[in-house]
Amino acid sequence: MTTSVASLPAAFRPRQVLSWFGVAPFLVFATLFLILPTLNIVLGAFRNAEGQMTLENLGKLLAPSIRSAFWISIELSLLTAVLGCLFGFLIAAAITLGGLPRPLRDAILTFSGVASNFAGVPLAFAFIATLGRLGFVTMLLRHWFGINLYGAGFNIVSFLGLALTYLYFQIPLMVLIITPALEGLRREWREAAESLGANGFQYWRLVALPVLWPSLLGTLALLFANSFGAVATAIALTGSSLSIAPIVLFAQIRGDVLNDPHLGYAIAFAMILLTAIANAIYILLRMRAERWVK
Amino acid sequence: MTEGRLWSWLAVALGGLYFLLPLVGMFDFSMRMQRDGYSFEAYRVVLADPQFQQTFGYSVVLALLTIVLGIAIIVPTAYFVRLRFPGLRPVVEFLTLLPLVIPPIVIVFGYIRIYNTSSVLPLTGSWWGTNLLILFGYATLSLPYMYRSVDTGLRTIDVGSLTEAAQSLGSGWTRILAVVILPNVFVSVLSGAFLTFAIVIGEYVFAALLNVGSFGPYMVWMGGNRAYEPSALAVVAFAITWACMALIQLVTRFSKFSTVRR
Repeated sequence: MTTSVASLPAAFRPRQVLSWFGVAPFLVFATLFLILPTLNIVLGAFRNAEGQMTLENLGKLLAPSIRSAFWISIELSLLTAVLGCLFGFLIAAAITLGGLPRPLRDAILTFSGVASNFAGVPLAFAFIATLGRLGFVTMLLRHWFGINLYGAGFNIVSFLGLALTYLYFQIPLMVLIITPALEGLRREWREAAESLGANGFQYWRLVALPVLWPSLLGTLALLFANSFGAVATAIALTGSSLSIAPIVLFAQIRGDVLNDPHLGYAIAFAMILLTAIANAIYILLRMRAERWVK
Repeated sequence: MTEGRLWSWLAVALGGLYFLLPLVGMFDFSMRMQRDGYSFEAYRVVLADPQFQQTFGYSVVLALLTIVLGIAIIVPTAYFVRLRFPGLRPVVEFLTLLPLVIPPIVIVFGYIRIYNTSSVLPLTGSWWGTNLLILFGYATLSLPYMYRSVDTGLRTIDVGSLTEAAQSLGSGWTRILAVVILPNVFVSVLSGAFLTFAIVIGEYVFAALLNVGSFGPYMVWMGGNRAYEPSALAVVAFAITWACMALIQLVTRFSKFSTVRR
């Protein structure tokens, strides 16, 4: 569909001005409700209460409580991104290359679509009902196997509990993104490798992984951003007992704590920066990955 | 190869365990409100709660309005970008991807700073303003899904020829968009719409920070104050997500049969 403008009769072209009215609402909307609010935050991060330029706000990010909140957030996002990639890859490999029945593959892909969108408050409730103090699995383990999870120090309202919950939307997202990449691995490549005497391990190390690594790393970055911006799940699960960056920002905006809007700006700016870097890595690597998919 | 198949079954089985247990757990918990065995008591209590009816109804209306607004903004944009401004495409694509890059909590923080009571456009000051603001906010969140699905739909039809044909019959732009283009991309629009519905119905951060009484904050409130009802709410929310995804699959399958292959 590259014919559009050139193929139209010249008589229509002066009316180009008129078609701007079709695009203008979107541009105005995006400016008012996407660009300006974001710009306001970014600029606010570099201004003090009197409106002068300053780096003071960003300096406040180094305060121990804020720094540790970001650190926990980064650890949480990295851990769930790495594990999400790993388990998602294994499941995707099983349904594409593992010779499983076709209906099972379709069912898993459909379920992944649902689970990757089943985030937020209800997901937290599901995990509390399952691994909470009186949860289904907690009770099952205690009565059937005599294992006392909470006696052993486990708590769903913790870093580990949150990570376990986040994986519920991280793994399916990985499955959805990496399955097409795995299906793009051509049979001929494997046959060519085998005819040259490569074993399975050599095929993966020398052929498949070099083709896949941009997709893998890119998805890792995407999963990182995905978990870094998640707020609702964490709030519904932990209240505000676990201090991760989005929850600190949430409390700042609500005015629950010391209410310094400029510290809020700085936290928000740092969050944009991290998710923007992660997404940029994803997009760049994705473009690289698409070289192999023709 | 049989060994590989064994590992595949193992991976899928373990994955199945991890993904099904929370669903079983949430269902099991939601049925335990009465001590003498399973019952739907928690569902009965939730569905009879006027707060539930009010907040859920509000969220449904909000989701539907978001979809209408999203279509009204995106369909003309995607159409004119394809027909007249191919050079604008990267800009529009970038803008529609931004809501996935900027965390929603940051976007709503920006709204609160720009549209507060002491600003030029004090939307948060009134009931109407707040509702408009959250509607615009949700429409912003829906941009990535809406644009991509509409653009995919436009790719399958010959926009240029359809437009010329309609113009030669004397149609104006609004008529072309409403009577020619929209019906042709309707199936793709629907899949974007269902996804938007699934996202908006239980959204929490925007609603909580703009102080709007929708379904998301209601669920969180229940989570903090009740034992069994939250699980019942989670089951309801899961059913809605599942229904939306099933409808998307259904309409895309339908569209594969209905569009002419080229």
